[in-house]
Amino acid sequence: MKVLVTVAEVSEVDEAFEVSGTGIDERYLEYDLNEWDDYAIEEAVGLSEAGVADEVVAVTIGPERSEETIRMALAKGADRAVRIWDDALADQDLLDVGTKAELLARVVEEEEPEIVFTGVQAADDAFGATGVALAERVGYGWAAVVNAFDLDASGGEASVHRELEGGIEELTDVSLPAVFTIQTGINEPRYASLRGIRQAQRKEIAPKMLSDLGLDADAVKGELELTEMYVPETESDATLFEGSAEETAGQLAELLREKGVVA
Amino acid sequence: MSPSVLAVAEHRQGELRDASFELVTAGRELADDLGGDLHLAVIGGDTEGFAEELSLSGVDAIHTVAYGEEFNHDVYTQAVVTMAEELEPAVVLMPNTVNGLDYAPAVAERLSLPLVSDIVGVSYTDRFVTTREMYGSKVETTVEVGRESVALTIRDGEWEPTEEPGEPSVDEFDVEIDEDAIGSSVTGFEEVAGGDVDIADAEFLISVGRGIEEEENIALIEELVEATGATLSASRPIVDNEWLPKNRQVGQSGKSVTPTVYLAIGISGAVQHVAGMKGAETIIAINTDPNAPIFDLADYGIVGDLFEVVPALIEEFQ
Repeated sequence: MKVLVTVAEVSEVDEAFEVSGTGIDERYLEYDLNEWDDYAIEEAVGLSEAGVADEVVAVTIGPERSEETIRMALAKGADRAVRIWDDALADQDLLDVGTKAELLARVVEEEEPEIVFTGVQAADDAFGATGVALAERVGYGWAAVVNAFDLDASGGEASVHRELEGGIEELTDVSLPAVFTIQTGINEPRYASLRGIRQAQRKEIAPKMLSDLGLDADAVKGELELTEMYVPETESDATLFEGSAEETAGQLAELLREKGVVA
Repeated sequence: MSPSVLAVAEHRQGELRDASFELVTAGRELADDLGGDLHLAVIGGDTEGFAEELSLSGVDAIHTVAYGEEFNHDVYTQAVVTMAEELEPAVVLMPNTVNGLDYAPAVAERLSLPLVSDIVGVSYTDRFVTTREMYGSKVETTVEVGRESVALTIRDGEWEPTEEPGEPSVDEFDVEIDEDAIGSSVTGFEEVAGGDVDIADAEFLISVGRGIEEEENIALIEELVEATGATLSASRPIVDNEWLPKNRQVGQSGKSVTPTVYLAIGISGAVQHVAGMKGAETIIAINTDPNAPIFDLADYGIVGDLFEVVPALIEEFQ
């Protein structure tokens, strides 16, 4: 059985930053593997180690820089990777859900995995929708916000828990092939070993342009336009305690006594 | 296309969820902008009872689909798509809840609509203009839609729920659910936040977040808990790392708490966390980042290093 895992490189913002135009100035950004995808990779690699998955393929949409991120997936045990990028993609401020789903769908159609794992959302744009949109586009089943995954490979079905609000989990059976969007906490993502990192250098990352996927630039012209980005006005009316750690702790202790929660 | 809005109600285990009443408010505002009607879809469960409860001011029509007891994304997708094809609304409005995330993208795909998820604001004059957050609420963005119809999901808690009764028409919507196309089945529910301590009962919660950095540092917070007689709780990353059990988690997917004092240590205040603790009487935050969203909510705060402040605080109570 083949397992595909989608991986996104996300940008993270420093504590202090400036917005320039509709983006954050590059100086204040750091790039990292999307946290949710780390759990998705672990779930995929787990199936490989259990002898269920014959091959784990990681796929990402991102510029050359993002190879560093996708190598993390390879170092953790994915067998090979596909990276989609194109000048037409670089020109977009905001890739909408439909565009991402279309790009990934082409890879799914080529690879024909039985299981696709994605993170629930990406930490930067947080649309939280690509996995389910992808499933719909390729005609797979799906389950979103999965925090426990149990596979019956011979029965062609997965029993999952979906993490609902308020400490309730929904128990759902999903027929394969299917896409599962993975919630944090489902497993414990491994650190990449030195050996894994060395091996990852030799694994294939196949670059794909739009033309390789049978698409042209029109396919990535989304229908959403990012027109403004700004730091929301702070609504803080908190009383801030100032001074050294001892001084602030002293004021806080006094407050807690006043509130009657500490004797 | 008609200038109407179709909003999809949400229920679980026999009860309408708050999101349904917030959708009515958001949906009415958009319908007013568009100069059209607000339709509600009620799918599964006690549709008659739900329709009665949702007969609210501003709702023009309620369409019910009596199929199944609980949410099933394949049923919801089919029902909403069929309804949208008949009503041709300008907006299909859904909640950005866990279940919303499980069918809204499929609805948008099947109807070939652009999807803007997790919006915190929206208006329409000559085009749809939505407000979203990015980078963990550090920035807000304006996203405009280049189409005359759109699928939107709204963030919980951003619109006041509508409670005032109204008199919408109610009809049973005729939709043939294709059972062969149902690829998933809900087999039950499980409550996971049980255990020895119920943080929902605590009067004084000391809550720890990602700022604690390492598992062994939890001991420092436990020492403070011991010294003050408080109850220990945590934000999601701590529970994901299994440094504390699930029954200690405060937030959207954990517990909602209402203590007299909530002391948040090393917690940035992500929206999912805030959902669970905003009901506290007094909120106090200790965080190194003065821009952390938790300070927007806090009544008192210390911008400082928890590894200096907490030991000093322990000393105060020893």
